[in-house]
Amino acid sequence: MSLNRNLTEEQILLRNTVRKFAEELIKPKAKELDEKEEFSYEITAEMAKMGFLGCFLPEEYGGSGLDYVSYIIVVEEIARIDGSQAATIAAHNSLGVGPLYYFGSEKQKKKYLPKLADGHLWGFGLTEPEAGSDAGNTQTTAVEDGDHWVINGSKIFITNAGTDITLGSTVLAVTGVKSNGKKELTCFIVENGTPGFTIKTMKHKMMWRASNTCELYFEDVRVPKENMLGKRGDGFHQMLATLDNGRLSIAAMGLGLAQGAFDYALNYAKQRKTFGKPISTHQAISFKLADIEMGLEIARTYLYDVCRMLDKNEKITKESAIAKLYCSELAHMAANHCVQILGGYGLMKEYDAEKYYRDQKLLEIGEGTSEIQRLVIAREIGCYNI
Amino acid sequence: MNVLICISRVPDTATKIVVGSDGKTIDNQGVKFIINPYDEYAIEEGLRIKEKFGGSVTAVTVGSEQSSDILRTALAMGVEKATIIKAPEIFDSYFVAYNLAEYAKSIKPDIILLGRQSVDFDSFQIPSLLAGLIDYNLVTVVSKLTIDANKIICERDVEGGKEIVETNLPCIISAQKGLNEPRYPKLPDIMKAKSKPIEILEAKPTDLKMEVISMEIPMKQRIGKILSDSDEDINELVRLLHEEAKVI
Repeated sequence: MSLNRNLTEEQILLRNTVRKFAEELIKPKAKELDEKEEFSYEITAEMAKMGFLGCFLPEEYGGSGLDYVSYIIVVEEIARIDGSQAATIAAHNSLGVGPLYYFGSEKQKKKYLPKLADGHLWGFGLTEPEAGSDAGNTQTTAVEDGDHWVINGSKIFITNAGTDITLGSTVLAVTGVKSNGKKELTCFIVENGTPGFTIKTMKHKMMWRASNTCELYFEDVRVPKENMLGKRGDGFHQMLATLDNGRLSIAAMGLGLAQGAFDYALNYAKQRKTFGKPISTHQAISFKLADIEMGLEIARTYLYDVCRMLDKNEKITKESAIAKLYCSELAHMAANHCVQILGGYGLMKEYDAEKYYRDQKLLEIGEGTSEIQRLVIAREIGCYNI
Repeated sequence: MNVLICISRVPDTATKIVVGSDGKTIDNQGVKFIINPYDEYAIEEGLRIKEKFGGSVTAVTVGSEQSSDILRTALAMGVEKATIIKAPEIFDSYFVAYNLAEYAKSIKPDIILLGRQSVDFDSFQIPSLLAGLIDYNLVTVVSKLTIDANKIICERDVEGGKEIVETNLPCIISAQKGLNEPRYPKLPDIMKAKSKPIEILEAKPTDLKMEVISMEIPMKQRIGKILSDSDEDINELVRLLHEEAKVI
């Protein structure tokens, strides 16, 4: 089966398991949670039990010890059913757990990672009201004061930062000016409940409505010096490396959503009849489905290949940008065709097409807009080295 | 308590079945195979027995080497040992039961669990044949199992109600839907399952006691008729019920 081409027996078993889990435990509740814009502690606890919160963490930190292809399959299979739950998992693993695991001290890792693999969440505070694609324009500051750093500023659109089971967030702040005149950026570990740190859950989202998205405010938040992640001035590099990997999980969300929209549209098209025959036998419809399938084949093969590069510690800056861009645009195309194939029903909330159509849009914006991905690719192929 | 679970590899219930060119086998091309759904209840029950009373859980299947995928699932769920008894291309229920019996004799389990039927050929024969061959007590189609010391209390689904049966060890229990809620294998256990070995044994041949002569896909059911609430259609409905369906 093309879905499992070149996968190991364990990876196939993992896909079947996650697919079953998503269909049986997430699907029956997804629409209602989306409608009510409600984060589900129950589903998150079930996902934690399955080992979804520590996908690629080694066993010594309580993780599942997955290779990157397997982690990506987990995200893909959840996204096939529900963008919100996939967002919780992708953001937690790639952005929450990732930076702590890759850049944290042994002491920090031992302190946080086992809890994060076992039912607790962690945020990644990068984006600010004035600094999205332009992360260099970060305004949040951290000033040294004795044994502490004092943080002031704010963050926006931070996934998983404000649930009752969130332990804290990794926060990027300006700690000075470098010799070349650019801002010196450093990451800090900020635990929820630290005085001066307030979190506001953002409501009225178009998509991923059952995932938790927050604004973070820092008013003279004092964190001990040992809460610095890595070295002073490493923040920008850490952030870029985190995003290189994180893009693969957004790509997996695009791939999964596209597959879900495709499966749904194909099934509908084989049953719905016009002019006396199933619409899947009308070329106008069958060609749309053929186009999505072509995209799925290419996207899956490429994404898994980039994951294998990452497993071998190869640099994937360009490749992860391509995977993220391709998969998110594929999700857009698939969801759009899905609605079109369902016609009027595609516009109704009663049918899944409408939710796929809303959920896909974030993928072209979050973790680097499509425009930024093109910029990354263009930079990597040397367009600007004149 | 040592538990043996017999499982079989069947086409996914959502798979579209195509008869092979010989007219008497299923064309396996592109077919997704899964653990027989009734066997999943048997695995879950076996794991619960081990968790409660200690001992070990072994899974065995009679089939091709490709059956390693379903055994891998069983290992990921928590089974400790897995064995494939390699079967030739054509075999019958007796062959399966005979080889399961030989295997059971070699490990002497206290209890053998298996699905009430395999959803591929639905012969319903294995539990009974196996019980006959190894002379174990047998309770079939069990939807609730309670073990109290040496006493085994089973609830069976019977037409229109429940039947409570008591037996003792060693015994064979065939699982019905509702016996339990099979667990999902957890990610770390899936990763660990790959390092657990799967034993492959050669089957002992038996003469065929049953042979498939031919196989065909059932005819499509008749398409239903939709009638409106007009007087004319109501008369037509009465006529159809009377003359075609012959129910009034």
